[in-house]
This record gives sequence, C-alpha cells and structure tokens, in this order.
Amino acid sequence: MLRYAFRRVLSALPIAFIAVTVCFFILRLAPGGPFDTGRPLPPNVLANVRAYYNLDQPLFTQYLLYIGGVLRGNLGPSMAFYDFNVSQLLAIGLPFTLTLGFSAFVIATFVGVLAGMVSAVYQNKWPDYVLVLAVMIGLVVPNFLMGALLQLWFGVYLRWLPAGGWVTGSITHLVLPVTVLAWPHAARISRLMRGSMIEVLGTNYVRTAKSKGLGSRLVLARHAIKPAMIPVVSYLGPGLSYLLTGSIVVEQIFGLPGIGRYFISAALNRDYGLVLGTTLFYMLLILVLNLIVDLVYAWLDPKVRYS
Amino acid sequence: MENVLEISDLNVSFALHNSEVHAVRDLNFSLRAGETLAVVGESGSGKSQSFLSIMGLLARNGRATGSAKMGDVELVGMPPRQLDKYRGKDIAMIFQDPMTSLNPSLKIKRQLSEVLVKHQNYDEKKALKEAIEMLERVGIPSPERRANAYPHELSGGMRQRVMIAMALLCRPKILIADEPTTALDVTVQAQMLDLFRSLTKDFGTALVMITHNLGVVAGVADRMMVMYGGRAVETGHVDDLFYDPRHPYTLGLLSSTPNPAERAKRLTPIEGLPPSLEHLPKGCAFNPRCKFRFEKCFEERPPLEPFGEAERKKACFYEGQLLAEERSA
Repeated sequence: MLRYAFRRVLSALPIAFIAVTVCFFILRLAPGGPFDTGRPLPPNVLANVRAYYNLDQPLFTQYLLYIGGVLRGNLGPSMAFYDFNVSQLLAIGLPFTLTLGFSAFVIATFVGVLAGMVSAVYQNKWPDYVLVLAVMIGLVVPNFLMGALLQLWFGVYLRWLPAGGWVTGSITHLVLPVTVLAWPHAARISRLMRGSMIEVLGTNYVRTAKSKGLGSRLVLARHAIKPAMIPVVSYLGPGLSYLLTGSIVVEQIFGLPGIGRYFISAALNRDYGLVLGTTLFYMLLILVLNLIVDLVYAWLDPKVRYS
Repeated sequence: MENVLEISDLNVSFALHNSEVHAVRDLNFSLRAGETLAVVGESGSGKSQSFLSIMGLLARNGRATGSAKMGDVELVGMPPRQLDKYRGKDIAMIFQDPMTSLNPSLKIKRQLSEVLVKHQNYDEKKALKEAIEMLERVGIPSPERRANAYPHELSGGMRQRVMIAMALLCRPKILIADEPTTALDVTVQAQMLDLFRSLTKDFGTALVMITHNLGVVAGVADRMMVMYGGRAVETGHVDDLFYDPRHPYTLGLLSSTPNPAERAKRLTPIEGLPPSLEHLPKGCAFNPRCKFRFEKCFEERPPLEPFGEAERKKACFYEGQLLAEERSA
C-alpha cells in the first residue's frame, strides 16, 4: 500500500509540469495583454512597465524565468493588483474557497451516497421516485439559475437566510452557496451509487451473505457498501473539478471573496501571473485530491494494489 | 429415520410484466437426517429455484407458496428477519460459481468468522480460531495465511473449499449444494465430492446436491429426484433409478451420459429442447420428446405416484422397464 502511494505521488509530478507549461503558452496565445485595457499608457512608460515584468524578453526566456520562480516557491507579481504578489492574493482567497469547497464536497459525497443507497434499496418505490426527482433537478438546473432562485426565495421572500456575502464564523451565510455547489455533485454521486448498489445487491456474493443469515443491515453495511462505492470513488476525482469550476461561479453569485473571483477577474484582465497562479493552485488541489481518491480506491478494491 | 425437511405442495412463480411463470409446481418430498439427495434436471427444470425459495433467496419478482417444514419451523412465507435465525445456522447453501460467490472486498477470515459471531455469539477471536480450524478441515493448506487473503488470491477449487467451510461452520442439519462442482476442473470435482462425502458424514448433515451431472449423483447420493418442467417426474434410490429407470426422461439422461464401461457405444442425446415454462405442452410436459408416448400422454398429465416396493415414484403412464426395452429394440 505504501509503495503504491509512493508510485502515485511520483507520477503526479510530470503531470503538474506539463499542465503548467500548456497553461503558460495558451495564455500567451490569447490576444491582448495586461496593460491593454483602461487608460492607454505613453509608449515609454509602457516599455518600462513591460521591462519590469520581463514581458520584453523572448517568450521562452519568460517561460524559463516563470518556471524558475515557481520552483523556488515564487508565483510572481500580480499585474492588476499592484500592491500584492500572487501568493499573497491566493492566501487571502484561500480560506473562503477551501471552506466552501470542502463543505460542499463532504456534504455532497455523504448525501449523494446515502440517497443512492436509499434509492437502490427502495428501487421503484416512492422514496426512489422522490430522490430521482431531486437528482434530476440537480442535474438540469444550472448553478447560476439555482443560486438566483434560492437567493430570491430564502433570502428575499422568506428572509430565512442571508442572500449573499460572508461573515467569518457564520454558518447561515454558507448554507445557500454550499447547497448550490453541492446539489449537482450530490446528484451525480447519487445516480452512480444507485446504479452500482442495484448491481451489487444482485450479485452472487450478496446472495451468499443473505444465505448466511447475517440480516439485511449487516449485508448492506458490510457486504454491499464497500464494493458499491468503487465507481463513486473513481468519480470523486473528476467530480472535484466540476465542484471547483462550480465554485468559481458560486463565489461570484454570492459575492464571496474566494480564489474563484480572482480567477475570473484575472482572466478578463490578462493578469498573466494571477491566472497561472490560480490555475496552478487548482491543479495541485485536484492532483492531491485525486491522489487521496486513488488511495481510497486501492483500499476498497484489493485487486488494484497489485496491478 | 427422522425427516429434517418436509416439502409439500411447493410452488414457485415469477411475475413478469403481464404474465406469471411457474418455475416449480406441486413439489413434494422429504429429506432424511444425514442422507444425500440428488436433485437432477436440465436448466430451467426448477431444481435451483425450489431450494432458493426455501432459503428465502428468490429474485424480487418471485413468490413461493406451499410448505417447507424444517422440524416444526415453516420456512415458506417466513419474513426474512426471522429466517435469518435459521439460514446459515441450521440450513446452509453452497452456490455454483465460487469465483463470484465470495465477496471480493473482504478477507476470507472475515467472511467466515461473521457467521459464528452472528449465530453462535462468539467473539471475533474465538470465531477466527474456529474458522481457521474449519479451513484446515476442508483441506486448505496453511489456513492461517489463506484466512488473511482476499478471494481473488485463491484458485477456484480453493474458493469452493472456502464456501464449503463457510457453510459447515455451524454444523447445519441441512446443506444445499447448488451445482457445486460445475465451475471446477474435473480433477478438482472429484476431490470436492470426496470432501462432501466425508464432511456430511462426520457432521451428520443431510445434503441436497443439485446437479445435472449424473456422474456426481452416482458418486455421492443415496436417493435422487429427477425434475422436468418444474415438476418431479421420478424419485427413488440412486441404484434403482440407474439400473431400472421408469421415466423416459431419466432414461434419456442416462443414455446421454458417458459410461466408461461402454466406451464403444455412441451417446444418445435427448431429442428436442427443454420446454418453455410459459407454454408447457398439454398432458405430460415431456411428450414432445418422448419415445414411449401414446395418446393418453397428450390428454392427461401423469401424476407422481408410487409403484413397486422400494419407495419409488414416477410420473409416467407407460408401464415397463424402459432400459431393457430400449436395449432389446
């Protein structure tokens, strides 16, 4: 198991390197630059600014400079927020994004697995129908619409919950954004879980477990959940990227000062350093979480460890 | 001898979209303590479904009626929660495919010990010790090491041995083995039959061997019941049925089984196909394939009735010693 974990960590490094390289060059292919918007600068000032940020160097030299910086832990300056470097901006946004993303991830996984299990056990009975309806809503209503609707109902008409904003330590401010972010994620997990659970409940080994007289609770808890979780766990990795891209939109709708908001404004401003920094951050997050997912996967399915 | 299982008028049916299929009809038989009963028939003859229904393991759309009494306990219609007190303890089952019948994500020891924890209230440690002893008993080398393995690390024969060990942990009164050797190599099959013979003898367990392989029947069984189209068509002692079959279907099964003593003889297959349970022929279900049929067979269904002395029953109108007649023909 340890050797497996070590191998997986090693294989994540080249992926990170390739991703940074691709992002760097794609970003430079896009038209425009960080100083093309707003008031036009006098040519000699522009030349000075460009020289300050190394933008006058050949592209490949800039790339090497950037990679060198990243390896030394320096993500470089932001070109739109003059007073901060990229690392500082990430540090400011990080607590919000992580709180939002982590709560949504945990809640969605838990709710999704539970809903899928209930659906499977009560297949084609009313609890299943109710849950399938909730799943469909989560899948078809886009998050910006769902966000607006929930803000309107619970924030404006009913006044039960704040419609947006952030107050440190306040859970009520988290309820709506987490719901919007988690719903589609939970819906996909629930669908996967329902399908795989129905399959597992029909397998020979579940029949064996029943024939041993273990009782339906033990059959479900010990013999069915673990194998049924395998497709769910392999989805959690890719699912996470849905969650993160969703969090960019959700932060914007609910006015949360997370990294997602920097990401959008940075992309619009061609703030090269900040776009690359946030991309790098999201990528590392996804790699690390995928790694965790793979390790859980190996624990669930003993055959994986040896292949 | 005392009967451990008494089946009367057992019927199993499955609800389809707008029809019902009867997989087992009016089954009556008893199982004596310590004996081995072979249940023989083609696929779809209802042999597996009759016993799955007793274990409460029918598919969701399946329904069983009639009676299956284990001592004073009526198993048919018993709610699963109550059934759990008996299955795995007094009545255990072994399935056809050892490759898929063990849980791939749990260690062998867990799958064994949980039976004892549940039914005998053992603590985990004592259950594990007993489980390892049982693994040794069914002929698994270095049982401590195997107990820590996952099913995919064992061969098919090993896994079936584990299944047998699992079923026998609580020394059940009745063991139902549903084609336990079908998925195994021929060499392993013979070992497995030896194991069944010696263990059921040691534990005094009555064994029901569901099979379509008459070689298996000859090797282990005391009595046999032949099923066709969901009904029992002939029952009796194995020797009687082998040397003097009285139902044309039993004869057909025997003629289509290789016999080393008659190596030169060509095998005779049973003409035609097994019947569809939804459209059974009128009269005797076997009549389209029967060599001995006459008018009555198309009009009336022959009941399963006793004849002769040695506890034999058959469901056939034709009187005569089929094997002798076929040989002289």
